[in-house]
Amino acid sequence: MSDKTTIIVQSGDMDKIYSTLIVSNGALAMGMETSLFFTFWGLLRLKKGGLEKGPLSKMNFLGLGKIMMLKRMKKSNVVSLERLMADFKELGGKIIACEMTMDIMGLKREDLREELIDEYGAVGTYIQEARNSAITLFI
Amino acid sequence: MEIHVDVRGETCPVPLVEMRKAVRKAEQGDIIEITGDNPASKKEIPMAADALSLKVVSIDENEKVWKIKILK
Repeated sequence: MSDKTTIIVQSGDMDKIYSTLIVSNGALAMGMETSLFFTFWGLLRLKKGGLEKGPLSKMNFLGLGKIMMLKRMKKSNVVSLERLMADFKELGGKIIACEMTMDIMGLKREDLREELIDEYGAVGTYIQEARNSAITLFI
Repeated sequence: MEIHVDVRGETCPVPLVEMRKAVRKAEQGDIIEITGDNPASKKEIPMAADALSLKVVSIDENEKVWKIKILK
């Protein structure tokens, strides 16, 4: 069995980016390789200043719900997405940005946080990663 | 050498992540001692050590604060 996790990050919702990075960091911490394929709304979170900008997937209430959720998360000592991302990169996590989404959304490489991105690719890149993975998720 | 990692007050996934960072930096034969109070992590750090083929030397708990020692 391969020791690799591959996740398609399609949603840009804050709570789903949390799920992605928590699962990824757990996988890295437990010795697996981990690749994240950012596509569609997920890719917007790789824009400069974009990581923490996602709405809550439910009960966002024009951002009020998100503020309340962030308060409760802080009270429970949940760390920020920036911290989770820094840990992800420090533990050797790999990030792939979807080039077709970049075309659709009119995003250039310089609009994205290039220092986080290891590779720019399309579906073939994802399949090559996923076919060798014991865990694959679509978030 | 003994390396100390204090994750008291931290919740999922930080205790696991900090354990992994310390293991990566440690040398063969070093002991990594993790101190924390997150109940899930007390179970999961030994699971992670097992997955990384590392030996858990000891697990102690006192007043909800646990200490886990791992040998690299």
